[in-house]
Amino acid sequence: MTSTGTHDGSLERLKREGRIVVVGASLAGLRAAETMREKGFAGSLTMIGDEPYEPYDRPPLSKQVLLGNAVADHTALPRRRAIDADWRLGVPATGLDMAARRVELGNGDAVEYDRLLIATGVRARPWPNAEEGALKGVFVLRTRDDGEGLQRALAAGPRRVLVIGAGFTGSEIASACRERGLDVTVAERGDAPLVGALGGVIGAVAAEMHRENGVDLRTGVMVTSLEGDPSGRVRAAHFSDGSTVEADVVVVSLGAQRNTEWLSGSGLGAGPRGIACDAGCRAFDVRGIVTDDIYVAGDVARSPHALFGYQFLSLEHWGNAVAQADTAAHNMLSASADRRPHLWVPAFWSSQFGVNIKSVGVPPMGTEILITQGSLAERRFAAAYGYQGRLIAAVTFDNCRWLPFYEQQIEATAPFPPPFSTVDRRPEGTKPMPADFPDPSVPTHGPTITLSGYSPADRKMTFTPGR
Amino acid sequence: MTQALLREIIDYANRANPYPLYEELRKTPVSHDGDGPYVISTYYEIHSLLHDPRISSDAKNLKATGNDPLGEQPDEEGATLPPSFLKLDPPDHDRLRRMTNRPFGPPHAPHRVHDMRDELGGLVSGLIDGIADTGQLDRIDLVDQFAYPFPVTVICRLLGIPREDEPRFHVWAETLAASLDPDPDADPTQHGKGTMDARMELGMYLAGLIEERRKKPGDDMLSQLATADGPDGAMTTMEALSTSALLLIAGHETTVNLITNGMLTLLRHPEVLQRLRDDPDLAVPIVEELLRYEPPVQLLPQRTTLSDIEVAGVTIPKGASLWLMLASGNRDPKRFEDPNRFDPDRKDIQHLGLGSGIHSCFGAPLARQEAQLALSELARRLENPRLLEDPPPYRQNAVLRGPRHLPIACDGIRP
Repeated sequence: MTSTGTHDGSLERLKREGRIVVVGASLAGLRAAETMREKGFAGSLTMIGDEPYEPYDRPPLSKQVLLGNAVADHTALPRRRAIDADWRLGVPATGLDMAARRVELGNGDAVEYDRLLIATGVRARPWPNAEEGALKGVFVLRTRDDGEGLQRALAAGPRRVLVIGAGFTGSEIASACRERGLDVTVAERGDAPLVGALGGVIGAVAAEMHRENGVDLRTGVMVTSLEGDPSGRVRAAHFSDGSTVEADVVVVSLGAQRNTEWLSGSGLGAGPRGIACDAGCRAFDVRGIVTDDIYVAGDVARSPHALFGYQFLSLEHWGNAVAQADTAAHNMLSASADRRPHLWVPAFWSSQFGVNIKSVGVPPMGTEILITQGSLAERRFAAAYGYQGRLIAAVTFDNCRWLPFYEQQIEATAPFPPPFSTVDRRPEGTKPMPADFPDPSVPTHGPTITLSGYSPADRKMTFTPGR
Repeated sequence: MTQALLREIIDYANRANPYPLYEELRKTPVSHDGDGPYVISTYYEIHSLLHDPRISSDAKNLKATGNDPLGEQPDEEGATLPPSFLKLDPPDHDRLRRMTNRPFGPPHAPHRVHDMRDELGGLVSGLIDGIADTGQLDRIDLVDQFAYPFPVTVICRLLGIPREDEPRFHVWAETLAASLDPDPDADPTQHGKGTMDARMELGMYLAGLIEERRKKPGDDMLSQLATADGPDGAMTTMEALSTSALLLIAGHETTVNLITNGMLTLLRHPEVLQRLRDDPDLAVPIVEELLRYEPPVQLLPQRTTLSDIEVAGVTIPKGASLWLMLASGNRDPKRFEDPNRFDPDRKDIQHLGLGSGIHSCFGAPLARQEAQLALSELARRLENPRLLEDPPPYRQNAVLRGPRHLPIACDGIRP
């Protein structure tokens, strides 16, 4: 079977009787599988997932589930159509043989493919000290089991919860704790919650939200160690400023790691920043050459975006997973001339302390910010981010109905500061200010967008000059 | 050219089928001539303007109203009631809409509309039984006997307005609804005076009710608007008045058309009517498609620009009047495949029928529920219904467009 399939009928053969393997049975994997069937793929479809569950939705895990308003095992993703797949659940993929077109599984099996889609996503970054991380009462929040475990721990009425890291997930957890009437301390290495994703100006608003809602927010500190009691249950955390906080539930919320280790040595361009792919979702190998039978989608993918200077973006965004899966699936079953690029404008939402936060574009790329509508003090506003005279992103707090406008402005590479007046422009919205993102060389857990222009692989390449 | 087309659209002679005129209009997505408004007729342009913060709903931002032969808007609100949130911008719009929403929808009243379902069902049954009781099935006026009394009773119950006062406020509501309608031939001073009087009288009527509710609150929305004290504080009396007037009029003059247009469309598409009879759940996609195909609010004539803005290659100057032709956008072939086809199986149906953005229809969940119930019950109970006049006689209003009467006949009414 040739790779692109044009006049030789190979594409039709692929659609009729080909073998497609999807590694990663979550949002991106499921939506891609649905799209492939929708496009008439009649061959065999194998879905591989390391968790024992069929695809489920994650956003409720840090929101409704923690509040006890939804049960973790009721968050299954709604199906758009039947996909008639061979499900290999509870088994991780452990290796890839690109030459033989084969995925190896943890149970010793191997599955052959004509087209492979990798959608292995990310996992929660664990507490760096494994022994401390294993104490009872220490949680991360990524999977359905995590959500259920944490929900149970919160329902048991702990005296205090410590959340380490005030990114979106950490902030949502803190918000859920307060809503349940639990005492909560949030420890954040940066100067404010959400600084990595939205910068210091917005971070200051987020900090106010935490404090006004009774969160014991500690910024500019690190948790240096967790301490357990003799029964192996966490009881306290020690901070870099010498203080100690007693807590019987600790949630480690330090961002995510990309699930690419299983690809090491495979020759695919996979590394800690994800799997590099072209705008059509085709994975690069370590030599920087695009493959034609391996596709990537969702949190694990890292693809160049024309609108943002062809920077490679890794997005941990629900909407990106859906859109990219759709594009990957389309391209997997299309001749090269019919393929389309993944040009989704980054967008995400969060809900915390009763405030709806939404963003479009790439805020961390912004150097300046302007409050175009509403007011920071009222916590209802729209703010635009500027980068070299261009509008590059926008965020709204309880004002999301205007967001499509800003998205259009970003798509149209509109100037910054915006040269027009708007409804609800306040005096504070007349002058841009520094967006105040932390020094990117200092790691924070925060950003849900990683920008990089560098090699995807941590391995060295040897350049052999021609003879 | 534009002005001529607009005149034709407003001309009563074209009320029954304005869609060919809209098609003509769409050839120029942004059209304008002379002193008239800038008319936006294509889907994507309308949609983006509805989300554009450079567009104001506050008439104060209009540069000059007097030069606009069609868009002449008498200052109907100045002397009587302050403008309702429909005609305000943020932050005032947001505050009032939020406060109004507290007793109406999520997050504070998530079940309000849903919990009215049984009550609505009872009203629908009662009205259809009433038609059966007349014994005159060879000429039923579906507007007077059903599509009008149903939503009026609902909005009265919701607000807590005595139903028996309907004849009084109906006159005011009709006058105020007519004031939305840019009628080129009406005498502007007469027009304006009538509107002002109606607004004043409606205001005084509602003021009396609100005063009563302040003393003795019930669980109706009027009581809640009059007494609520949330994070945004309380509404002033004047704010409560203009808000309740808005709810009353909007709840009065739009759902009627949705139901009537709906039944008319179903009678013109008997196969869909039959499918609805067999499967009442089909009412959900049918109502969505109706909101696209025959939207009860055809156009929004009350927006102005706060800056010079470029739309589809045309620069619209600051302070200009905009007309957003929702019904035309809903039939834009660039957005909807085969747009003149009524197709309840349409999958991609993000219509403009309820607007979009911050001013999107406040009562949408209630309107949808009312229309779904009304149409599925009519389909189920009327035996062999048929149109007696096609097209039926329409109301004067070009903005809130719908039949004034819908004469039908049927062979019987099922229990």
